[in-house]
Amino acid sequence: MSAPLIEMRGITKIFGAVKANEAVDLSVAPGEILGLLGENGAGKTTLMNVLFGAYAPDAGEILVEGRPVAIHNSADALAAGIGMVHQHFHLAPRLTVLENLLIGIPGRSGRIDRAGGLARLNEISRQYGLSLDPNLPVSALSVGEQQRLEIVKALFRGAKLLILDEPTAVLAPSEVDGLFAALRSMAAQGLGIIFISHKLNEVRALTHRCVVLRHGKVAGRVDHPAQTTSAAMAELMCGHEIVPPVKEASTPGSAVLTLDGISTSGHTGTPLRDVSLFVRAGEILGIAGVSGNGQRTLADVIFGMLPPKVGTMTIAGKTIAQFSPRELQALGLGRIPEDRMTTGLVTNLPLADSMVLPRIGTEAFSRKGLLNPAAIRAFAEEQIKAYDIRCPGPMVRAGALSGGNLQKALLARELAFDPKVLIVSQPTRGLDIGAARFIHEKFLAMRAKGCGIVVIGEDLEELLMLSDRIAVMYEGRIAGTLSGADATVARLGLMMTGAEGHA
Amino acid sequence: MSAVFEQIFQVGFLAAIVRIATPLAFATLGEMFSERAGVLNLGIEGIMLLSAMAGFTATSLSGSLWLGVLVAVLVGAAMGALHALFTVALGLSQHVCGIGVTLFSSGLAYFLYRLIFGQQSVPPSIDGFKPVPIPLLSGMPVLGPAVFNQFTLVYLAIMAVPLAAFVLYRTPWGLSVRMVGENPRAADSAGVSVIATRFQAVILGGALMGLAGAFLTMAQFNAFTFGVVSGRGWVAIALVVFGRWDPWRSAGAALLFAFVDALQLRMQASGLGHIPYEAFLMLPFIFTIVAMAFMSRNAVAPSALLKPFRREER
Repeated sequence: MSAPLIEMRGITKIFGAVKANEAVDLSVAPGEILGLLGENGAGKTTLMNVLFGAYAPDAGEILVEGRPVAIHNSADALAAGIGMVHQHFHLAPRLTVLENLLIGIPGRSGRIDRAGGLARLNEISRQYGLSLDPNLPVSALSVGEQQRLEIVKALFRGAKLLILDEPTAVLAPSEVDGLFAALRSMAAQGLGIIFISHKLNEVRALTHRCVVLRHGKVAGRVDHPAQTTSAAMAELMCGHEIVPPVKEASTPGSAVLTLDGISTSGHTGTPLRDVSLFVRAGEILGIAGVSGNGQRTLADVIFGMLPPKVGTMTIAGKTIAQFSPRELQALGLGRIPEDRMTTGLVTNLPLADSMVLPRIGTEAFSRKGLLNPAAIRAFAEEQIKAYDIRCPGPMVRAGALSGGNLQKALLARELAFDPKVLIVSQPTRGLDIGAARFIHEKFLAMRAKGCGIVVIGEDLEELLMLSDRIAVMYEGRIAGTLSGADATVARLGLMMTGAEGHA
Repeated sequence: MSAVFEQIFQVGFLAAIVRIATPLAFATLGEMFSERAGVLNLGIEGIMLLSAMAGFTATSLSGSLWLGVLVAVLVGAAMGALHALFTVALGLSQHVCGIGVTLFSSGLAYFLYRLIFGQQSVPPSIDGFKPVPIPLLSGMPVLGPAVFNQFTLVYLAIMAVPLAAFVLYRTPWGLSVRMVGENPRAADSAGVSVIATRFQAVILGGALMGLAGAFLTMAQFNAFTFGVVSGRGWVAIALVVFGRWDPWRSAGAALLFAFVDALQLRMQASGLGHIPYEAFLMLPFIFTIVAMAFMSRNAVAPSALLKPFRREER
């Protein structure tokens, strides 16, 4: 292989007392796909932000094609041929695809150069198989298309090295295949790619070489990821061996949650159409589907935030007349919402407050209409200890916690009251292996205790591991339900695209 | 009743609408540029007042109308820069700083006016702009006297609307303005300076507000009084929402407001004398509230409006 496209030498970045990166060396050759692996907080994103000019490193240097360069901001990075696709897209939803591409590009005789932009877009589309409608507003694009636009945007600016920060976290399995095909084609045409992920199977399938970070330092380098086991790589990431949780056989009891012929009408989200499902005590029901096929609406209905237009819901034998979160909670429903930060808890209030929020008016936490701060605090302290939630204390601002610790806090809040039914959405999205393991174990423990759990998710491997049965949602309907033994990624994938129906 | 209507809808009526709409159009376009870049400028009312005073004073002292306009524009731009310093560079609350700028500018305007002109029994006035008929076009029926026999500043306002639309939608700078108002991070990662773009947009906005102020004291009233702006700045803020942050719609909103205002002026003067004139004075504002209630429900503000941008934030 030729001289490295990019070389980072001895990069150190310190935030306050935390060494986010310490003496990290890394290089990418033209035509190479480099995997950057690590748990959350291992320093992957920080390292890439140094490379992209968002943070100034405290030590170390960056070489582009053998020459040292100073990268102070994104403009410098772009000029050096470095493009980045961030985890959270940097797009303006109300502007068109073309406008998002042309931002920061000098115009021609004072005007935006639309014709030139279109020609360049077509060229890139053809070269790498990344097609986009230039005149659509970004808000009309699917998440996968928005990601494609971010990639095109980097190429549009002449990127020779493309950094992708956890690109598959937001994609459906079919979209992941498309992304990988495009990335391989780019590498084949001489571009360098840094692929950041903590999903081992993806790194093994895609990358030529990978660097594993742990606590900001290089924990190891893997030269042939495809020939290395996931277990070995996981061990590098975590520093210890990872054993998958054991799912014990269980005999489900009677149905604790039943939906019968539920349809909704609403202004937001995909409406449900004639959805019937049930989950029994001691059973985990997975709900698979490409995001946007009604899963969110389903979660809203089950939690009482959206009364259905027709159909009935039964919890523990009681038919629900009044759809309100408080009512359903009293019947023994627990919920972990999809978006921890907005509907899960109040980021600007102390953690303890968020942990008792759903039961704030109950006797456990209030006396004669006044809050009982001592009880709230004691409850939070107890749960923090029980769930090993890493935080300075119960009075810390909830928003200051990491994703994994927030998720533990939400789980603690719901499980403390022994729910009969638990509904969770995307339980481990964005969490690292260790935290995800912890969550999975808790679900299985609840299942053993006779709780009925509904897990809505996009990570099929996770659903297959946890679920006793998996229902697939497609365009607001249940496209079919498979028993855990019958379900495979391939079969679920087909059903998720509406290709196969199954009773 | 028909006599009343005849009196109201005479030829001068259209001309009055155009005249009343002019300062509103400048101010609305100015506020629109600022908000499109993500900065609410509540300093508009004070900036208009200070510019109106400055332009009037410069003309009064120098005798040159265009020098007065220039001074008003520069003062408006400077106050825009002050607002940008607080809200963009320092990232302070746009509401608080905007109100601060209005209070400061108004106070300064009153103070300087007293300092320069003292307390006179007859307020000083200037020889303001005169209508400049455009050859041929001014001879047209109806539209001729209404649109083509106006002050130069009116023509400027009419040209400013398509120009603003062109700048906003067709130039790289306009795209940058829209982008920093929607998603500053996107602009930043594309190598566009969010801080510089916002500064420029707020300063341009201030300059346009300055033009609006200049029109009031140098074309419409030819004198400065403490009530010369009397809420036009606040109205402009509503008109931006009403116009959905678009130059054409904003200008349309200004025209509509001007229509109601001209109408109430005529109604005051007409035979409906048994109704207190204050009732008519309220009309444009009631109209604004009602129109806002109906029209701005679907209006979507620039996503990053009110949000300061800071770089190295984790």
